[in-house]
Amino acid sequence: MNIQLRFFASVREALGTSQESVTLPDTVATVGDVRAWLRERGGVWAEALAEGRALRMACNQQMTDAATRISEGCEIAFFPPVTGG
Amino acid sequence: MAIRVQTQDFDLGAEVAALRAGQAQVGAVVAFVGTVRDMNEGAGVSEMELEHYPGMTEKALEDIVAQAKERWSIIDALVIHRVGPLQPLDQIVLVAVTSAHRGEAFQACEFIMDYLKTQAPFWKKEVTPQGARWVDARVTDDEALAKWGIRSANSARS
Repeated sequence: MNIQLRFFASVREALGTSQESVTLPDTVATVGDVRAWLRERGGVWAEALAEGRALRMACNQQMTDAATRISEGCEIAFFPPVTGG
Repeated sequence: MAIRVQTQDFDLGAEVAALRAGQAQVGAVVAFVGTVRDMNEGAGVSEMELEHYPGMTEKALEDIVAQAKERWSIIDALVIHRVGPLQPLDQIVLVAVTSAHRGEAFQACEFIMDYLKTQAPFWKKEVTPQGARWVDARVTDDEALAKWGIRSANSARS
């Protein structure tokens, strides 16, 4: 499956990238799986996306949680808690 | 309903005048303006940069206003949020709500702000004498939304 990744704010800075297209292995089925799969890259990826960090996720520009299933062509975003207003 | 995400400043008087122009059923206008403080978490702030998620930001704000319209009988609402570089004293956000009577407008305006603080994808980075830092989310903002019966875990670990 091919998906788009987006990163914002402190997560974007830590990873050194704001977006990327990736092809996922068949074992990756949920937003949480994507997070875990990216952590396997190690280094800043393992650190910025570590379990237990305050991290929020969006699927197709809607706030979502780790259990949400992904689909072909979807846009998954990872970012820190929001601080607007 | 109007949603605007922009770098330029806004004029409260002109925006409110436009919001209620020709709307003779309006009896109340409530407006909230958020501004950049020169102090946060015990450190002086000389500059601020606001980042957002283009596309998702507009959807999130439209959804927030739609929810306010479901809860209260308001006539119209306007949300303007600035992005990009800002300085102390600058305006950041405007929420203006019109209704026939004041109660609905007061509540809907506060609801929209509480919701925006924890659900709209904006991030503040501030420059202090110790360097630039991302502003931390506040648990008190999640608590503010909880009073409307909505659970938010914006600041929670995941």
